[in-house]
Amino acid sequence: MTLREQLREKISAAFYRHGLLCASYPVPIILFTSASILTCCYPLLRLPLPGTGPVEFTTGVRDYSVPSHEPQGDLGERPDWYRGPPVAYIQQVLVKAAVSPWDSSLVPVDVFRSPLGRAFSLLEEIRNHVHSDSSGIRSLETLCLQVTDLFPGLRRMQSVLPEHGCLLVSPGNYWQNQRELFDSDPDLLKTIQKHEPKGLHTSATLRDLLFGVPGKYTGVSHYNRKRVVTYTITVVLSSYDARFLGSLRARLKQLHPSANCSLRDDHMVHVHFKEEIGIAELIPLVTTYIILFAYIYFSTRKIDMVKSKWGLALAAVVTVLSSLLMSVGLCTLFGLTPTLNGGEIFPYLVVVIGLENVLVLTKSVVSTPVDLEVKLRIAQGLSNESWSIMKNMATELCIILIGYFTLVPAIQEFCLFAVVGLVSDFFLQMFFFTTVLSIDIRRMELADLNRRLPAEAGLPPPKPGPLRPREVPPPPRPSPHTITLQTPAFRNLRVPKRLRVVYFLARTRLAQRIIMVGTVIWIGILVYTDPAGIRTYLAAQVSEQSPLGDPGGGGLPPHLGVAPVFRGGDPTSTLSIHPPPDPTPLPENQSQGHHGSARAGPLPQAPPAVPQITWGAEDEEGWRRLSFRHWPSLFSYYNITLAKRYISILPVIPVTVHLSPQEAIEARHPQDTRYPPPPIPKVTADLQTDLTLYKVAALGLAAGVLLVLLLFCLYRVLCPRNYGQNGVAHGRRRRGDLPCDDYGYSPPVSEISPLLLRGHSMDIECLASDGMLLASCCLAGQIRVWDAQTGDCLTVIPNHGRCSSGGCWEQRDGWDGVGGAADSDCLGSEGRGSSVGADGLSEEEGGYPLRRRSAPARPTLFTDQPDLTPLIDTNFTSQPPSHLSTPPRTGFDFGGLVERAYMEHEPPSTSTYPSPSSASSSPPSGAQLQRTPSMGDAAAYLNQERASAAGTQATPDWESSVWALELRGNLIVAGRSSGKLELWDAVEGSLRCSNEDGLSGITALAFLNNRIVAARLNGSLDFFTVEINKPLCLLQYRGAPGRGSMPPSPCYSSEDVISCQLTRSVQCAHQKPITVLRAAAGRVVTGSQDHTVRIYRLEDSCCLFTLQGHSGGITSIYIDQTMVLASGGQDGAICLWDVLTGSRVSHVYGHRGDVTSLVCTTTCVISSGLDDLICVWDRSTGIKLYSIQQEVGCGASLGVISESLLVTGGQGCVSFWDLNYGDLLQTVYLGQSSDGQGVRQLLVLDNAAIVCDFGSELSLVYVPSVLEKLD
Amino acid sequence: MSLTLTAMSDSSTAAGGQQQWAGSGQTPRPPRGPYISAITNRTTNLLIRGAMLFSVGVFLALVLNLLQVQRNVTLFPPDVISSIFSSAWWVPPCCGTASALIGLLYPCIDSRLGEPHKFKREWSSVMRCVAVFVGINHASAKVDFANNVQLSLTLAALSIGLWWTFDRSRSGFGLGVSIALLATLATQLLVYNGVFQYTSPDFLYIRSWLPCIFFAGVITMGNIGRQLAMYEYKFLQEKTHQD
Repeated sequence: MTLREQLREKISAAFYRHGLLCASYPVPIILFTSASILTCCYPLLRLPLPGTGPVEFTTGVRDYSVPSHEPQGDLGERPDWYRGPPVAYIQQVLVKAAVSPWDSSLVPVDVFRSPLGRAFSLLEEIRNHVHSDSSGIRSLETLCLQVTDLFPGLRRMQSVLPEHGCLLVSPGNYWQNQRELFDSDPDLLKTIQKHEPKGLHTSATLRDLLFGVPGKYTGVSHYNRKRVVTYTITVVLSSYDARFLGSLRARLKQLHPSANCSLRDDHMVHVHFKEEIGIAELIPLVTTYIILFAYIYFSTRKIDMVKSKWGLALAAVVTVLSSLLMSVGLCTLFGLTPTLNGGEIFPYLVVVIGLENVLVLTKSVVSTPVDLEVKLRIAQGLSNESWSIMKNMATELCIILIGYFTLVPAIQEFCLFAVVGLVSDFFLQMFFFTTVLSIDIRRMELADLNRRLPAEAGLPPPKPGPLRPREVPPPPRPSPHTITLQTPAFRNLRVPKRLRVVYFLARTRLAQRIIMVGTVIWIGILVYTDPAGIRTYLAAQVSEQSPLGDPGGGGLPPHLGVAPVFRGGDPTSTLSIHPPPDPTPLPENQSQGHHGSARAGPLPQAPPAVPQITWGAEDEEGWRRLSFRHWPSLFSYYNITLAKRYISILPVIPVTVHLSPQEAIEARHPQDTRYPPPPIPKVTADLQTDLTLYKVAALGLAAGVLLVLLLFCLYRVLCPRNYGQNGVAHGRRRRGDLPCDDYGYSPPVSEISPLLLRGHSMDIECLASDGMLLASCCLAGQIRVWDAQTGDCLTVIPNHGRCSSGGCWEQRDGWDGVGGAADSDCLGSEGRGSSVGADGLSEEEGGYPLRRRSAPARPTLFTDQPDLTPLIDTNFTSQPPSHLSTPPRTGFDFGGLVERAYMEHEPPSTSTYPSPSSASSSPPSGAQLQRTPSMGDAAAYLNQERASAAGTQATPDWESSVWALELRGNLIVAGRSSGKLELWDAVEGSLRCSNEDGLSGITALAFLNNRIVAARLNGSLDFFTVEINKPLCLLQYRGAPGRGSMPPSPCYSSEDVISCQLTRSVQCAHQKPITVLRAAAGRVVTGSQDHTVRIYRLEDSCCLFTLQGHSGGITSIYIDQTMVLASGGQDGAICLWDVLTGSRVSHVYGHRGDVTSLVCTTTCVISSGLDDLICVWDRSTGIKLYSIQQEVGCGASLGVISESLLVTGGQGCVSFWDLNYGDLLQTVYLGQSSDGQGVRQLLVLDNAAIVCDFGSELSLVYVPSVLEKLD
Repeated sequence: MSLTLTAMSDSSTAAGGQQQWAGSGQTPRPPRGPYISAITNRTTNLLIRGAMLFSVGVFLALVLNLLQVQRNVTLFPPDVISSIFSSAWWVPPCCGTASALIGLLYPCIDSRLGEPHKFKREWSSVMRCVAVFVGINHASAKVDFANNVQLSLTLAALSIGLWWTFDRSRSGFGLGVSIALLATLATQLLVYNGVFQYTSPDFLYIRSWLPCIFFAGVITMGNIGRQLAMYEYKFLQEKTHQD
C-alpha cells in the first residue's frame, strides 16, 4: 500500500466521520458556523463604505501644520487619508455688496452692476498684496497654485478660466478681469448666461465656479428683492503661509469692514474626495459581473434531485460569498488593509474559489443509495468525494502560491485574499453546506414518507428515494389497486417553474421587502456617515423653518417656509401685502432668519429702505452649499484629479461693500436705463425659479413613462400570452380546491380492479357506447354487445362460420321456454323504467318520443311518429316479482353470466349464434336471444318473422370490415369498408336494415336523434334518417331495471320496421378523407386531411361554417352540448372555435407532432400528442396551465371522468390524474404483464366507469365511487 | 383518432378487404418545429454559431480594449461615448471574425481527429474560462509589474494554467500556440507598417505579453465554440435515436 493510498484512506475516513457529525447535529453546527462567519466579518465594519461622497475633517487654523506622510502613533480621530500636504488650499473672499440707500431713481440693473464692478478693484488688491517680514517678501504669485493649460476639449472655456498663472477665479473672469470690458458690456446677465450649459445640469456650472456661491444666492438678477449681491473671489494656494494670509485678511477687513460680522475664522476644513467611477471603467466591471452571474447561474442550475433547488443554490452562493467576506475580514484583522479595488477583484476571487466543490458534494450525496439513513448517506457522499476535493484544493493552493511568488504587490495581495478565501470556503463547505445538505435530504425523505404514508399504511414500508412518483411509474402491483389522494399539504401544484417563482415572490413580497430594507439601511448609512452634508443641510432647514429661529419673519404666513429651497424666488407678493412689522436691523447672532428680514427690508413700496447686509453662520462655510463636485470639476479643468486626495478649505474672508446711489449711477452703461423694468415681477420670478422644478418634473414624468413602456415591452416579450393575470388568478383559485365533488368528497382509498371482458378473438378496433350498452368490434368483424354495468356479453353479432358451439344456444333455448312466462312483467318493468327516466330527465334534449309521456315541446322532426305514451303501462303494482323466481333470465340476472364469463375460457360460445341466415331458418333462435318482449307467443312469433324478413331483405355484408361503429339505444350502426351502412339490433343481434347507397368506405359515423351521419373515404358526407314504422309493442331493453339516473336512449322495439334512408349526401364535403366526425348539440363537425373543419347542421344537413386555421390535417375534434368546439391537427396546434359564429377563439401550439386526442372540461382543454405529452390549457384564455410528460409509447387516449379527474391510457394500464394539480393518482394495470398492448381507445361511461380496449379484450374499470371525507 | 384510422387501415388489410385506403390515411411523420429544424440543419446551425461567436468576439474586443485605455478619467469628459469606441473601427470586426473562425475550427478539428472533447463540457466551466480570460486582460492592463519580463512570464503562466484548467487537449494547445504565433506575427507586421503602435514596445514592435493574451483568447473562444457545437451534436444524437 503506497503512501498515497494510505493518505487517501485516511482522508476518506476523516470525511466520513465528519459527515456523520454534520448530519447528526445540524442545528448546533449551523449556529457555530454562523457565529464564526459573523466574527470573521466583524472587522469589516471598520472598512470605509463604498461611495463617492467627500469626507471632511476639521482642524484648527492656529496650530495647523502640514500633516506628515508617515502615519503617527497618536492619530486620534484623524482619518487615514489625512496625510501629506493637500492638493491645494482654498481661500475664499466672500463679498457682499449692496447699493445703499436705495433710491427710487435706480433701475434694477444697478442692483448688481456696481457691486460686481467692485470685484475688479478687490482683485487688484488681492493680486498686489505683498507681505513682507523678516523672512522675506511674499506675494500671491509665489504662493498660489500655478496652472497651465486647460484640459483639451474645454476650449470654449478658455476665455473665462485663467490659464498659465494663478488659479484665481471670480466673477471678473467673465470679462477677462478687465474693468473696461465690464463697463462696456451692455447686458451683464447675457454675458453670464452665455456660458451656462443648455438643459439640465447637476454638477457644478461655470457660474457656480466663478461666483463661488450657488447661483440663486448671488443676487445677480433683475428680480433681486434683497438688493444684496454675493460672490466670492476664490484663491487657490499651493502652499500655506499663515502670515501672508493673515495680513491679507487684515488688509481686506480694513478696507471693507464688516460691521456686524461675527464669522469664526479658526477652523479649516479638509475635504477628501473618493475616486469617481466613469462609464469607461464601469463597462469592464459590469462585464465581469455579468460573467460572474452567468457562471453562478450555470453552476447552480446543475443542482438536482434535492428537495429545494433554490435553497441549496442559495446556500452555495452564501457559502462562497461569506467565505470571501471572511477572508477580507481576517486579512483586515491581521492588519492587511486592502488596497485593491474590492469591487474589481471580487468576481475573480469568486471564480477562483468556485462553486465546483459544492456541486460535487451535492451530486455525490444525492447519488448514494437512497435506502440508507440520512447520516450515512451524507457521510458516504462526503467520503466518496474527499480525495478529489482535497486534490483540487491542494492544486489551487499551489497555483496561488506560485502566484504569490511573482512578487508583484497587486498579485500578492490577490493571492493572499484568495488563499484565505479558499481556506474559509473549505471550512464553510465542510460545516455549513454539508449540514444544509443533510437537512435538505432529510426534508425530502420526510416529504416522501408523508406522501406515501396515507396510501400505503397497510403495505410494506415505502422505499424513500428522490424519485418522484410522477417521473417513474410505480411497478405493477397486484390487485388491489388503490387511488391515493394526498392531503393538501403534501400536494404540489403543478404549475410552470417560473410561475412558481412568481408565486413565491408575490406571496412573500420578497423583492419589495428586500428593496425596502435595503433602502432604509442605505439611507441610514448615508445619514450616519453624512458624506454630502445631508445632516447639516437638514439641520439648517429645520432651524430655518422653526418659528423660534425666525423672529424676523414673524409676519410671514407660516406656509412660506414650505419651500425654502427656492428662496431666491420667494413669493414676494405675500410680503408686499404683509410688510413685516419690524424692518429694522436685527441682532447679529441670528442665523437663517436674516434672509427673510433682509429680503423683507427693501420693499418696493418702502422706497427709502436700506439694504441690509448681514452675515450669518451659513456664510461661514458657504462652499457647503455648492455641489460636492464643485472642487473636483474646477481642478479637473486643469487635469488635476482630486480622487483619493484632499484639499484644505481655509476660513472665508468676509468683505462688505456699501455703495452709494451716486456710484451706482456712475457705473451705469447707457443701455441699462433702456432696459425695461421687470414686467410682472411675481409671475416671472416664479416662472424663472420654478423652471428647474418643471424641468425636473417633466424629466421625471418622461422617465416614468419610458420605464412603464420598457416594462411593458419586457412583459410582452417574456410573457406573450399574458401569463400573469389569468394564470395566477387561476392557480390561486384552484389551490384550495381538491379533486372532489360538490360535497367536499373525493374519490379516495378504495380498490380498483379492472373487469376484463373477453370474447373477441382478435384485436378490438371499434368501440361504442351509449352509457348502458357497449358495442365493440374486432378485426375479425365480430360485433359484441356488452352490458356496461356488469360486463356481461349480451349479444354477439356473429360472423359467418364463426360459431362453433351450437349446444350453447340449445341451452338457451331451454331458458327461453321458461322465460316465456315472464314476458308480461317484463313489459311492466320496462315501462316503469322508462317512465322514471322520463320524469327524472325530462330536461334531456334527446327528444325520444318513446320515453316521453308528457312532453309537449316535442321536436317537430318527430311529429310524424306516433305518440306511444299511452301505451306504456304505468300500473307498477300489478307486476309480480316473478323474475326472482326465474333465475336464468339473460336480461336481469347477470350473475350467472358473469360467472360464466370468467369460468369459461371461451365465453363467445355461450352466446354465439349462427348467422342471421341460419337464424331465419330456425325462428326460435332469434327469439331466444333476448327476452321476447311481446304480448304473447303469437306476437313473439310475428316479431321473429319480421325480424327474419328484415334479415333476408338486408343481407349482411361479411366480406368487408367494420370501420366505424356507433351505438344508440339498442341500435348498432356499423359502417363498413364497402360503404355499406348496417343497422343491427343490439339485443337481438339481428340486422334491421342496411343501406348501400354509397360505395366508398365509411370512416366515421355519428348517430344522433334518429339521424345518422356517415363520413366516407372519398370525402363525402351522407345524412341518413332512421324511420321507425309503428311498433305494436313498446318493449325496449333496459340494462338494469330501476336505475333512474340513466340517460335515455332511443329504444326501438324489435317489432319496428326500421328503415334507413339517405336524406342528403354532400358529395364534396372535403377534398381529402374525413378523419374525424363528431356530433353534438344539433351540429355535426367533420375534420379532414385537407386542414379544414366543417360544421353542419344536423337537421337539414346544411354546411354552416368551414373553419380554416390549421396547417395540417385534422386529427381530433371535441364538441359537447355546450357548443364548445376544439380541434387539433397534425401541426400540433389546438384551435378553439365558437360554433355559433365560426370564429376562432384561440389558437395554441402545444405539441410537436400530431394532436392525438382532445377533451374538454368546463374550465380546461386537455390534449395529448404524439410527443407523449399531455397538455392542459385554460379554456377561456388559451393559456397552458401545465403539461405532463408521459413515458414513450403511451396511448393517446384521454377521458375526463369528472371536472378534476383525468384518465389516460398507457401501455397495458390506465392512469388517473388529478387535473387540478397534475398529479398522478393511480395507475391501474389491466393485465398481469405490464408490457401489454397499449390502450388505444378509451370511453368514459356515465356511471364513472371507463372502458378501454386492451388487445383482444375490453377492460371495464370502475372508478371508485366510495367517498371519503377529506377533513 | 389518427391511431384509430391506422388501426382501421390495418384491419382492412388484415381482413383481406380492399386496399383502396391504405396509402391515403397517414402522411409520414410531420415536420418538426422551426427551431429544431433550424438547429438540425447543418448550414443554418453553422451560421448561427458563427454569428454568436462573432458577437462574443466583438463584445470582448470592445470591453478589453476599454481596459487597455488609459484610465485617468475623473470627470465625464464631454465625449464619453467615443471613448468606448476608442480603438479603430476595424479592431472589433477583426476580433469577431477571428473568434468566429477559431470557435468553428475547434469542434471541426475535434471531429476530424475523432476525439470528441469531453473535459468539463458545461456552461459553468465555459463561463469560468471567460472570466479568467477577462481577468488575465485585467491584470495585464492594471497591475503594475516591476518589469516586462515578469509581466510576460506571469501572463504566460496564467495562460498555460487556463489551458490546463479548461481544455487539456493536445489539439487545443497546438492550435492555440500556432494561432497565437500567427496573430503575433500579423500584429508585428501591422505595427511595422504603421497602422498603429504601442506606447512602450518591448518585443520588437509590440508588447511581449501579446502572445499570451492571444493564446488565452484562442483557448477561450475554442471552449465557447465547442460548447455551442455540443447542441448540434446532441440533437444529431437524439435524431439517430429516434430514427
